[in-house]
Amino acid sequence: MSLSKLFDTLVPARQNAPTHSLPRERGRAREGALALALIAATLFCAPAQAALKVFACEPEWAALATELGGSDVEVYSATTALQDVHKIQPRPSLIAKYHQADLSVCTGAELELAWLSPLAEKGSNPKLLPGAAGAFEASRFVQMMDLPSRLDRSEGDVHPYGNPHIQTAPDNIAAVAKALALKLEQIDAAHAAGYQQRYAAFSSRWTAAMQQWQARAAALKGVAVISGHKSWSYLYRWLGMQELATLEPKPGIPPSAAHLEEVLAGLKTKPAKMVIYAAYQDRRPADWMAEHAGIPAVELPFSVGGAPGTDDLFGLFDVTIARLLKAAGAAS
Amino acid sequence: MHFKKTLMASGLALTLALPVVASAAADPRDLEIEQLKQRLQALEAIVQKLSAAAPTAVPPPSLPAPPPLAVAPPPANGNAFNPKISLILDGSAARYSSAAPSEIPGFLLGEETGPRPEGLSLGESELAIEANIDQSFHGWTTLALSPEGGVGVEEAYINTLALPYGLGLKFGRFFSDIGYQNHQHAHAWEFADAPLVYSAMLGNQLGDDGVQLRWLAPTDLFLEFGAEALRGAGFPAGGADRPSIKAYTGFVHLGGDVGSGGSWRLGLSHLEADADDRRTGEDLETSFTGKSRLSILDAVYKWAPDGNPAATNFVAQAEYFYRHENGVLVYDPEGSADFSSYRGSQRGFYVQGVYQFMPRWRVGARYDRLSASNQLDNPLAGTALEQLAKGGDSPQRYSLMTDFSNSEFSRFRLQFNRDETRPEGETDNQVLVQYIFSLGAHPAHQF
Repeated sequence: MSLSKLFDTLVPARQNAPTHSLPRERGRAREGALALALIAATLFCAPAQAALKVFACEPEWAALATELGGSDVEVYSATTALQDVHKIQPRPSLIAKYHQADLSVCTGAELELAWLSPLAEKGSNPKLLPGAAGAFEASRFVQMMDLPSRLDRSEGDVHPYGNPHIQTAPDNIAAVAKALALKLEQIDAAHAAGYQQRYAAFSSRWTAAMQQWQARAAALKGVAVISGHKSWSYLYRWLGMQELATLEPKPGIPPSAAHLEEVLAGLKTKPAKMVIYAAYQDRRPADWMAEHAGIPAVELPFSVGGAPGTDDLFGLFDVTIARLLKAAGAAS
Repeated sequence: MHFKKTLMASGLALTLALPVVASAAADPRDLEIEQLKQRLQALEAIVQKLSAAAPTAVPPPSLPAPPPLAVAPPPANGNAFNPKISLILDGSAARYSSAAPSEIPGFLLGEETGPRPEGLSLGESELAIEANIDQSFHGWTTLALSPEGGVGVEEAYINTLALPYGLGLKFGRFFSDIGYQNHQHAHAWEFADAPLVYSAMLGNQLGDDGVQLRWLAPTDLFLEFGAEALRGAGFPAGGADRPSIKAYTGFVHLGGDVGSGGSWRLGLSHLEADADDRRTGEDLETSFTGKSRLSILDAVYKWAPDGNPAATNFVAQAEYFYRHENGVLVYDPEGSADFSSYRGSQRGFYVQGVYQFMPRWRVGARYDRLSASNQLDNPLAGTALEQLAKGGDSPQRYSLMTDFSNSEFSRFRLQFNRDETRPEGETDNQVLVQYIFSLGAHPAHQF
């Protein structure tokens, strides 16, 4: 344990580029497994469990952990797609679940900062501490976007490590899936074969689905849109869409009437095809904009469970792309 | 000629910018660096060509946008390990209809439990500093900067992160975990002032030096036990001489979810405090030596549609206090030094609800009530002893508030209190406008 901790301290993981960190992860896997065995031996507090307990901060990672873990894992999602992940409180049920987990799967990049650190303080679970083998941060394995050039609160609730809403692009999911499969193999070595198998199956299904989505969404290339919050940077990047403005004047600041008017005025010179907002967001500002600009407002699921038919990650992108295409068709 | 200069300048700017990009990109993105190098070489070639054939320069080819950086680099200096720092600024404007001193019959009040100063005033500015110390410890300090000058250490504690079996240890100076509101800092309270039970029985809030041990049960139902051993310097304990542990607490917390939108917590706590010549009162002091036993039952329920508090949410909380005190009182110990035996039995509760009806806007209502039945063998007329013995007609207070939060970092509050706690039954109508601003690190959310 101390070895891998020391390793983490000496080599801040965030400096590892995504592709290069994977072999390193594997190297750490051996260390981690050794350390884990050591802990189990010294503390004999790890009774033979039927399933690895996974604490997923967001529903997309819960869905991914379920895909990769199958019956070897017992997954709990701390939030739902109908909740604003920025606004979660460390409520008692979360503390209880956090306390019992063997692995946490979170976005990181300070998305859960305001409630994960109180959970760490109250949840007394050394397995999930930052840097421990059981703490998995998805954002370390993707290319972050929207890095702020200036860290100042007058810019709103900015995230110094970039836009944390990485689950909106399928290629990010693919990158995280690979890393998460390795993590699962590492901390639950007894079931490594199962994780490998399920990852291989998921990966080929996902690759096929990604090609299909991109083909279906070809019509969305270059489409200009307005978003509620800066939630979709990765999706727009992946589909080649263009964000003209957000309804929030600054990240995390609710839309004001003055700002909405400003955005509406901007649409006269640069028209947008639709207003996009997430299922968890207040729909009134989007409806207002849609009505005044004469363009459709599109509610996207944002994560697994955010709309009917989004029970898994495949459904999430099926529905997302179908809704975007429908709105783009209606607008043209 | 002018054109050439601009071009050279932009070439120079790019050359200067490159080391930043390269160092930020660090080792593994060799491919990207290689691409950038090639692009730079191409650009340099163009610049050279152009400066050779100055007047007949062709317009430069448009460069493709540079690829995005792969991963956010951490700041490459020692500051990266600086602790999280935040500064809370608090201030108010207040107007009270009654000028009577803020005494509550049946209770001896601790220091600074009265209302905020009338007129415009700055409250305590709070400087909070926290960081993980290493893989086993986390540290937290809150310094209270008093508006008159001077620094008080409100909290300064270390807590463990890596103890096994669900154990957690905290030591230093901290707000006790008895009750529900006690561990919250004043700026996180839902109203501008503390509930009456807190101001009357805990001197607003119990903070003390000591050790806390907690155990979290490995169950889906949140179940937590805790105990604290304290110096006994915080009201209702107190006194100059604290040679051993002079206050103990114990608490149990139980909590969970109801449906998709509700969550709750119940708590039962107890405080045993020893006071040894504890002084209260401003001009003429009263000394208390004896035992103070306080039990608290607290409940909180939070609700938001689908558990998403962003647009609308509701919080209800209530606490019931029961205190028993037993000891000796001395009125004006430096002067007349009148003795009296004292057996006190006091109780009180508050219940409050706060509703966020639209983003950023909340309204709240609170009702406070106290009662006391104390026995003194020498309730000397015209002194605090008489005040304590009388008990009054169940002091109570009604409060209404509304607040506006521009962001998670700023809040304005308007509050109205109808305070019926004064000795002669005089009603004080209180109007408060308060602001709370948080500078720096994002504040941790609380339940």
